[in-house]
Amino acid sequence: MNINLTLFGQMVTFAFFVWFCMKFVWPVIIESMEERQKKIADGLDAADRALRDLELAQNKATDQMKDAKQEAAGIIDQASKRAGQIVDEAKNQARVEGDRLKVAAEAEIEQEINRAKEELRASVAGLALAGAEKVLEASIDEKANRKLVDNLAAQL
Amino acid sequence: MAGGNPASTTEYIQHHLTNLVYGKLPAGYERTTEQGVEVLQADTWTMAHGGQEATDMGFWAIHVDSMIWSIGLGSLFCWMFLRADKKAHTGVPAGWLNFVEMIVEFIDGAVKDSFHGRNKMVAPLALTIFVWVFLMNLMDLLPVDLIPTLLMMAGVEYQKIVPSTDPNITLGMALGVFVLMLYYSFKIKGTGFVKELTMHPFNHWGFIPVNLFMETVGLLAKPFSLGLRLFGNMYAGEMIFILIATMFAAGAGAGFVSGGLHAELFGESTSGYFWLVIFLLVTGVCWLNLKGKVSTGKTVLLCMAFMAIGGGLFALGGGLMQWGWAVFHILVITLQAFIFMVLTVVYLSMAHEDH
Repeated sequence: MNINLTLFGQMVTFAFFVWFCMKFVWPVIIESMEERQKKIADGLDAADRALRDLELAQNKATDQMKDAKQEAAGIIDQASKRAGQIVDEAKNQARVEGDRLKVAAEAEIEQEINRAKEELRASVAGLALAGAEKVLEASIDEKANRKLVDNLAAQL
Repeated sequence: MAGGNPASTTEYIQHHLTNLVYGKLPAGYERTTEQGVEVLQADTWTMAHGGQEATDMGFWAIHVDSMIWSIGLGSLFCWMFLRADKKAHTGVPAGWLNFVEMIVEFIDGAVKDSFHGRNKMVAPLALTIFVWVFLMNLMDLLPVDLIPTLLMMAGVEYQKIVPSTDPNITLGMALGVFVLMLYYSFKIKGTGFVKELTMHPFNHWGFIPVNLFMETVGLLAKPFSLGLRLFGNMYAGEMIFILIATMFAAGAGAGFVSGGLHAELFGESTSGYFWLVIFLLVTGVCWLNLKGKVSTGKTVLLCMAFMAIGGGLFALGGGLMQWGWAVFHILVITLQAFIFMVLTVVYLSMAHEDH
């Protein structure tokens, strides 16, 4: 319990350690801590900014999506209209073509009929003559009768 | 080691409260040595043998143990924090750096709360005081007999390992703070400080002597209360550890299985080595249990058996009390370190306040 030189020894030691701490220990740690604090604050700021950017981008994307949808709907409308048109046109064309074919077919049929008539006419004269020959069983002047029969055939 | 009788208990306590002192014995001093009384021819610088010589050395003596422990712990503080400094970076802190930064931040916050001046020295000062005083107080938690006994075996007679139970140490630090207070008071306030001392609290020239007296007492009370508060708390805490230890030693001496065994083996006083062997056996068994070599049931039985032989059940009781007080004391040592730091900061803050 004696007060002695230790008192001053401790004062000197105390001063030394405080000086040492102030010079070498404290600044390094506090600086690195402050720097980290700044870094973290910057990081948080950046995160905030990024969040805002994200929101903006999302809004933009939504808008674009809406536009795209509208556009797509327009295109589909147009396309379906166009398709209708095409179908109509095709129908018309088909009808026209059909008519044309029908007309052609009819004409051909007509021709066939006429040719058949001609042939019939041609053969009728012979047949009639042969028939008459048989009927008369006599030789008829072919020339005189020929004219007769030809006239007949022409009337067919 | 203390025995059961009061005289040796007193001796034990006094031994624990005696510093290892190196100092000057005056010429003509009658020194009692083993060879008999020796009268010193001239002033002699020497290690004191016992408290009486230490007292007789007067002012010209130094408490070697207090100084070594205090310097050692201060160096430990510097070394630990320098290690963190080397690792300091701005990335994610880990491990030791994290812990150090936690302390630094805590001190920084406390200083910012109570110190409003501008001074780069106060925060490092507070850090030094807090950690250093805490480490000095922490020595109180080491078993009271451990280091003194070991050093006694090594031939060192006295050893007080808790520097903050030495008023020289606490008052030395308090005086250091006091010097800083005076320095900054003069530096910041200049003549205002003189005015504060003379014209306060009665602002009239006729009251100058009264004011001066009151203010001086108030000023001087600060460092003394600062130093003595820490000293008183730590001294009392150490005292309780020592008192529990005396009970513990007495109890161990009267171990119930082996009171007779002790007497057979050692006669009147039991050798410390006997308890050391018991202690090693018990810790050895516990260690083996931790390693998984001995089952827990066997461990308990073996420990009980060893302690019964060594009279250790009383010792265990004493140990539990030591432990309990140590747990409570953890609060005290932290709180005292914190109070010393906060008051230092507050005093310096007052020294910086210019009215």
